[in-house]
Amino acid sequence: MSTVFIALQANEETRPIIEAIEIDNPHAVVNRQPAMVKIDAPNRLVIRKETIEEQIGRAFDLQELHINLITLGGNVDEDDETLTLSWAE
Amino acid sequence: MTVAATKEYVGVARDRVGNFNGKQLVYASWDHHLLFAAPFLLYAAPQMSFRELVEGPLTALVQPDPDGAAIDWTQVEWLKSNQPWTPDFERSLADNGIGHKDQIRFRTPNLTTLAVAA
Amino acid sequence: MDMKATKKKLGLKEKYRVMTRDLGWEPGYHTKEEIFPYATYEGIKVHDWDKWEDPFRLTMDAYWKYQAEKERKFYAIIDAHAQNNGHLNITDGRYLSALKVFLQAISPGEYAAHKGFSRVGREFPGVGTQVACQMQAIDEIRHAQTQIHALSNYNKYYNGFHAFADARDRMWYNTVARSFFDDAMSAGPFEFMIAIGFSFEYVLTNLLFVPFMSGAAYNGDMATVTFGFSAQSDEARHMTLGLECIKFMLEQDPDNLPIVQGWLDKWFWRGFRVLGLVSTMMDYMLPKRVMSWREAWEIYGVENGGALFKDLARYGIRPPKGWDDAEKATDHMSHQIMLGLYQWSFGTSLHSWIPSDEDMAWLSAKYPTTFDKYYRPRWEHIRKLAAEGKQFKNFGLAKLCQTCQLPIVFTEPDDPTMACHRETTYKGEKYHFCSDGCQHVFENEPEKYIQAWLPMPALFAELEGDIGKWMDWVSLRDGQDNGDYVGSVDQRNFEQWRGLATSNS
Ligand SMILES: [Fe+2]
Ligand SMILES: [Fe+2]
Ligand SMILES: [Zn+2]
Repeated sequence: MSTVFIALQANEETRPIIEAIEIDNPHAVVNRQPAMVKIDAPNRLVIRKETIEEQIGRAFDLQELHINLITLGGNVDEDDETLTLSWAE
Repeated sequence: MTVAATKEYVGVARDRVGNFNGKQLVYASWDHHLLFAAPFLLYAAPQMSFRELVEGPLTALVQPDPDGAAIDWTQVEWLKSNQPWTPDFERSLADNGIGHKDQIRFRTPNLTTLAVAA
Repeated sequence: MDMKATKKKLGLKEKYRVMTRDLGWEPGYHTKEEIFPYATYEGIKVHDWDKWEDPFRLTMDAYWKYQAEKERKFYAIIDAHAQNNGHLNITDGRYLSALKVFLQAISPGEYAAHKGFSRVGREFPGVGTQVACQMQAIDEIRHAQTQIHALSNYNKYYNGFHAFADARDRMWYNTVARSFFDDAMSAGPFEFMIAIGFSFEYVLTNLLFVPFMSGAAYNGDMATVTFGFSAQSDEARHMTLGLECIKFMLEQDPDNLPIVQGWLDKWFWRGFRVLGLVSTMMDYMLPKRVMSWREAWEIYGVENGGALFKDLARYGIRPPKGWDDAEKATDHMSHQIMLGLYQWSFGTSLHSWIPSDEDMAWLSAKYPTTFDKYYRPRWEHIRKLAAEGKQFKNFGLAKLCQTCQLPIVFTEPDDPTMACHRETTYKGEKYHFCSDGCQHVFENEPEKYIQAWLPMPALFAELEGDIGKWMDWVSLRDGQDNGDYVGSVDQRNFEQWRGLATSNS
């Protein structure tokens, strides 16, 4: 098992995004650090556009994540609906 | 291995002795005395005697160490290029075989004040 | 052109294809070899450039939109910082040294990365690669500019910021970063991508930016938090490009594996040496510390780097050669470098200081096996000398490593009481190294490293050891920029202005 992670700035824009990530990834661990939030998960983390839209109540383009992204670990795959981080098992 | 290049690649050594105004660099360090963060870099004429190097810059530089004043230079063990070696104090650096950028080390096994906390 | 055809909203993958791949063309009156003359000489074999794909599938139109948004956010905060005397909100004037290290050693590296990516974006034949390199080239010049701009607010009030470019080129503790980038920029395009895109961005950038920015947040420095996060929002893309690049090379041809592994070994070690400065900043220069260098290494080196190399094992990649030595060095390097910065502080464009009792208690808690045993006795002796009015200054200067250019402050991996002595003779000239890692790098390409301009030998070759002339040449103002923080102009000003800002007298 290896850990994948994503870190986002801690601000009003990311609060509902982080909530959405927690909903979709119950196995993830959320670490709150000064000015940033780092989310760790074993092997795989999936971020879904639909869940984010439900949380923020408007249309959301997954590429908006770039604005508040700090760092990540894992192989990335992105399409219109999801952004996935994974390590080969 | 060589440098990957599109044509023959030849470098010019930058710190050749000829660039040092008739003098040379000598590196000197005192084993297990790491108050001095790195080996000293000394700038000296090849004609300088080994005694002058030791009693001049080297003695001055080691004083901040609590063992500095206690060094008996007739008793220290010397190494050059990491091999045991015996200098002749009266002869020059050149005659002692101390070339440009050579590293000399010295050891004082009985002086260990700052070596490791008890 | 039929505009109707483009009306339908394209999916991300489709849009990426249209706006990258389809920008390319088959040359008609020149061969590909003539147009891309540097694509093969390093020995990397590529059979299908179209297999290179940006996993974020970012296209230029979206890129401009999001970058503009980042700039707006950045300048809103920088303006507020300048208008509200943000420089007085930092925890202590000692914190400024961390910023000086950053501005002198790291920001010029951003500019170097910009130049490098501009070049390799032209040299790679693949369109996806060209677009990604172009974006990164623009990102990196933005990082250099926003960092310099943000820190110029500190330059109005404090010393050591004014001549960061000279300090970067000429100052002995900065040439470790400069030589890292010079080495990468004088390599071929594939090696450059491993050096910067993979080793620096993927393996090391977290250890550089994340602790720096959390450290800034902890120490009340909003300007740095802002430029850091603004830059860092691009780094995730850079890291991904670096990882994509290495997987691409490994998937294209099995013959690429040994070349890539050799570069990984080299660039991991070179990057690890640059991190020596960062470790010192984390353990010694932050008045309020977020985590120790050792703790950061556990998270981003051992855990994340470990996961990465485990993932790449499917291609036959093993962890870099210097990995075990890095692990052993982690409990020593910050102490070794800070002791050097302090004893040579007459020649630094930043202040250092003797750690207080409280600092030393923190260091021994964070480094239980090394600090009290090896480093506390030296600091306590240095403090005793200072109390007797004999501030410890080591005018012996230092032997530098021919490869990483740092003073050789490091010890044997298995004996922390013994300085590491490594030397070799090449074409009749002696060369010295700080470690096996740096010696291996040299021995693989000696013709390259024999040309290194080393700052301390240069002081004698070029200025015959005249320290005053040297200070002018590196734009160091004696008595202002250098020396112990205690008694410095920065200390006096910070404390006086902070007093004015927080009282009525
Ligand atoms: Fe950057
Ligand atoms: Fe970058
Ligand atoms: Zn080195």
